[in-house]
Amino acid sequence: MVEPNLNDELLDAAIMDEGVAAELLAPGNGNPRPSSWRLYWRRLKKRPAALVGTIIFCVFLFLAVFGPWVAPYDYQTQNVKVRLDAPSVAHPFGADQFGRDIFSRIIVGTRNIFLIGGFGTLVAVVIGTAIGLASGYVGGTSDEVVMRLLDVLLSFPSLLLALVLLSTVGPSNFNLVLVVAILYIPMVARVVRSMVLDLKNKEFVEAARVRGEKRSYILFREILPNSLPPLLVEASMRFSYSIFLVASLGYLGLGVQPPSPDWGLQINDARNFLPIAPWLLLFPACTIAVLVVSTNLMSDGLRQVMLPGGGRN
Amino acid sequence: MEARRPVFEIEGLHIDYATELGVLHAVRDVSLAVREHESFGLVGESGSGKSTLAMGAIRYLASNGRVTEGSVRLNGVDLLSLSGKELRELWGSRIGVVYQSPLSALNPSIVIGKQLAEVAQQHLGMDRAAAVGRVTEMLTKVAMPDPEAVMKRYPHQLSGGMLQRCVIAMALMTDPSLLIMDEPTTALDVTTQAVVLDLVADLKRESDSAILYITHDLGVITKICDRVGVMYAGEFMEQADLYELFKRPRHPYTLDLLGCVPRFDPTPQKRSLVTIPGAIPRVDELPHGCIFGPRCGFVEEACKAARPPLAEVAADHLSACRRWADVPPPAQYLREATEAVRTDVEGTRPDVLVAADRTRVHFKSTRRLIRGRAARPIRAVDGVDLEVRVGQTLGVVGESGSGKTTVARAIIGLTPATGGEITLHGKPLPPSTGKRPRATLREIQMVFQNPDASLNPTRSVGDAIMRPLTLLGGLSRQEARKQSKDLLRAVSLPVSYFERLPHELSGGEKQRVAIARAFAAEPELILCDEPISSLDVSVQGSLMNLLMKLQVEKQTSYVFISHDLSAVQHLSDAIAVVYLGHVMEIGDATRVLTPPFHPYTEALLSAVPLADPDIVQKPIRLGGSVPSAMDVPSGCRFHPRCPRFLGDICVEQEPPWREGEGDHRIYCHIPLDELTRLQAETLVLAGAEAGA
Repeated sequence: MVEPNLNDELLDAAIMDEGVAAELLAPGNGNPRPSSWRLYWRRLKKRPAALVGTIIFCVFLFLAVFGPWVAPYDYQTQNVKVRLDAPSVAHPFGADQFGRDIFSRIIVGTRNIFLIGGFGTLVAVVIGTAIGLASGYVGGTSDEVVMRLLDVLLSFPSLLLALVLLSTVGPSNFNLVLVVAILYIPMVARVVRSMVLDLKNKEFVEAARVRGEKRSYILFREILPNSLPPLLVEASMRFSYSIFLVASLGYLGLGVQPPSPDWGLQINDARNFLPIAPWLLLFPACTIAVLVVSTNLMSDGLRQVMLPGGGRN
Repeated sequence: MEARRPVFEIEGLHIDYATELGVLHAVRDVSLAVREHESFGLVGESGSGKSTLAMGAIRYLASNGRVTEGSVRLNGVDLLSLSGKELRELWGSRIGVVYQSPLSALNPSIVIGKQLAEVAQQHLGMDRAAAVGRVTEMLTKVAMPDPEAVMKRYPHQLSGGMLQRCVIAMALMTDPSLLIMDEPTTALDVTTQAVVLDLVADLKRESDSAILYITHDLGVITKICDRVGVMYAGEFMEQADLYELFKRPRHPYTLDLLGCVPRFDPTPQKRSLVTIPGAIPRVDELPHGCIFGPRCGFVEEACKAARPPLAEVAADHLSACRRWADVPPPAQYLREATEAVRTDVEGTRPDVLVAADRTRVHFKSTRRLIRGRAARPIRAVDGVDLEVRVGQTLGVVGESGSGKTTVARAIIGLTPATGGEITLHGKPLPPSTGKRPRATLREIQMVFQNPDASLNPTRSVGDAIMRPLTLLGGLSRQEARKQSKDLLRAVSLPVSYFERLPHELSGGEKQRVAIARAFAAEPELILCDEPISSLDVSVQGSLMNLLMKLQVEKQTSYVFISHDLSAVQHLSDAIAVVYLGHVMEIGDATRVLTPPFHPYTEALLSAVPLADPDIVQKPIRLGGSVPSAMDVPSGCRFHPRCPRFLGDICVEQEPPWREGEGDHRIYCHIPLDELTRLQAETLVLAGAEAGA
């Protein structure tokens, strides 16, 4: 007898070993395999890290939407009595140099981060997808030219490029969104283009060409829907990086302008008080870290549940 | 039968897999014995558990698989009681394994010689020099030309057949007692497969190794196995010696499997193949009683009561069927269970639908930026003439790299022809799909090779079939919906599949949907590019039946492309044999398959493994592989590999077209009479029917 050794890790391996499962469970016997979304959810449940990441992300998302109503204090109210107070029951993260509640400022600041990062990512995804689709499908010299132009954009360090752009056009929420978008368009475009290159010679696309489908139909009905899982993974990764970027720009004074409660801005302000009130810096910095890490965990989880085996279909 | 010593014995083996759906009993109560100098063939459809059995028996399973019961002995040593360390010593030294894909069995970044020498150093304790000597010896043994040169190469520099020989040499390095071969020739061309099979047959005679040979291909089994076990859903249905199993099967499943394979029969009459209804059951949903019961033609009420045990029904012949005595001889069963689909009247010849006239597809090779040799074109298709007649099938055969797929893609316009002319009803076709009007596009449709890629994973079956109806047929969505359901019925799929997504279908079902989609446009010609080659034999058989049935109903013409000569001869009215972008022989199927043959056709015919132990094929083997289409040989392009090479004339001059009877033409320097005389013995069809 071989020692029975069944633990969760093995079960997990069994789930990922789809070759074995698919062969043993040949479909089509009146017992359809679960739909892909249900399969994703089932796999996600088996990955605690990804699940925790997703839950934390959802908490932040909730704060972004309902922050001002959830926060215990108004983010602008100054209470001179509690200036630079250490964390307490009344002010769990302490209070800043004007006596404003840091906990509330962090909560209310979530929305800005999500709006700028989210819209920036969204614009990048839309434009990047369009560029990737067109460039990949047309191919040839124009593809070559477009991709090299994007490479030029990619070759600048992103923070440097953001600084240059923002110092030219001036800091505003709208400009921040634009900058995030410009920085991330090349990356999204590359992901989409690689999917298009893979899909455009697949037989189902050729079958569409054989029946004389228009180019737009082939791109949007045949190719795009099949590029969505990797695109979603890429978008969530871009979003987590955009949080970083927006916070960094805020710290450098080129991001969200005062008196808006911005995390990066709070860290910058807190520098002067570091020796006497370290919590001023600690809590916003930790919040950024937690959000970035949880978003990363979530996008990692998404990658694992949606693209097992490194994206092979 | 003389008593040979059993080398590898499995008794009452059970293997489980832990999956997200719970524990699956993948292999249940399986016993077998492989004797010395013997090869045991494990046959079965995919999902029957044959690889799991072989790998589980040597305890080389995926992390979620485990052996729960039974015993496995190799030369008397109980494998299941060994520790991990002892097992690792056994693997690679006493047990050799040859996998399906030689390219993934070898490390791409280490030269062949070093990889093979490592085995000798590790398991035989040899020093580097001795190991290299051993490798040279082994490579010579597997008939590798120029072993020293091969040892210095990386895997990607060798062809598939040569790589597989290297893997076999590696497996044999330590003189293992047991050699497990898991579909070792499935990924190879027929001509290469024949060479590798010859090699395995030689090894069996010369070494003491017992061979466990896993394959789905009954033809391959015929060539090299002594004893055969037929597996189904994790259990043996039947075990017997080769000839006994093929001629006197005692289980209906074996009988059906034999009937699924097209028989070599060069007559114009077209018969259907035996089909097995339904699909192999999931191992967690096995039926009550006999597990083959729901698909069996001999099933009775009593079969559903209890599972029949595998019992000896004749000397050395085990069957798990209650009604084994009622199983008829295959020849009789084939006559009764199949029907004539159509018989063509001799002399009538339908009109030409599509004709290719000196069609060429040349690809530009990548330009060199910095000076180098002038770029030569890749001559994928290099002057092909062929005709497809209304309501008929033109079979196109050839090795991979012969350009047979490119011809089809040129006809349909996916790869525009760069020269020559392709006509439809006598009118020239624009080269690319983009330039063809809808009405023309509609006339030609295609069924692709890979069922997994031919349907859009995000669109339902109904959508896939409705689209050509609305786009090309101009139907309203209402009418299209109705008609697509009719099409589903025509390809024998339940109408409830309308809403399903492709990943909910099996490979054969996907291919049926692809066929329905092709027929939805009501085309005059359907190009079938290896539509069945990735599927199980039983599914292949039913798809061939389907194609034939639809052809008779709708009078559609086919171009059927395949490397599988038995499938081509089964379906085709005319056959074109293609080599390196040029037709070598073309004509009515009957004439192409009987002498005189082009020497290339002859080689293909003697290489194709026919699933009938009574047919004697003269071993004509082609050396090397198809040359690059960038360096097409001068004169006759087949001359470097031709077994009937004449001399300078073949190198210097292009051969003439020799006209035979009807429109049979052979592209060869040897006159037809001479070919007929030389080739009388290529394929000897024994009186198989008479003996049955």
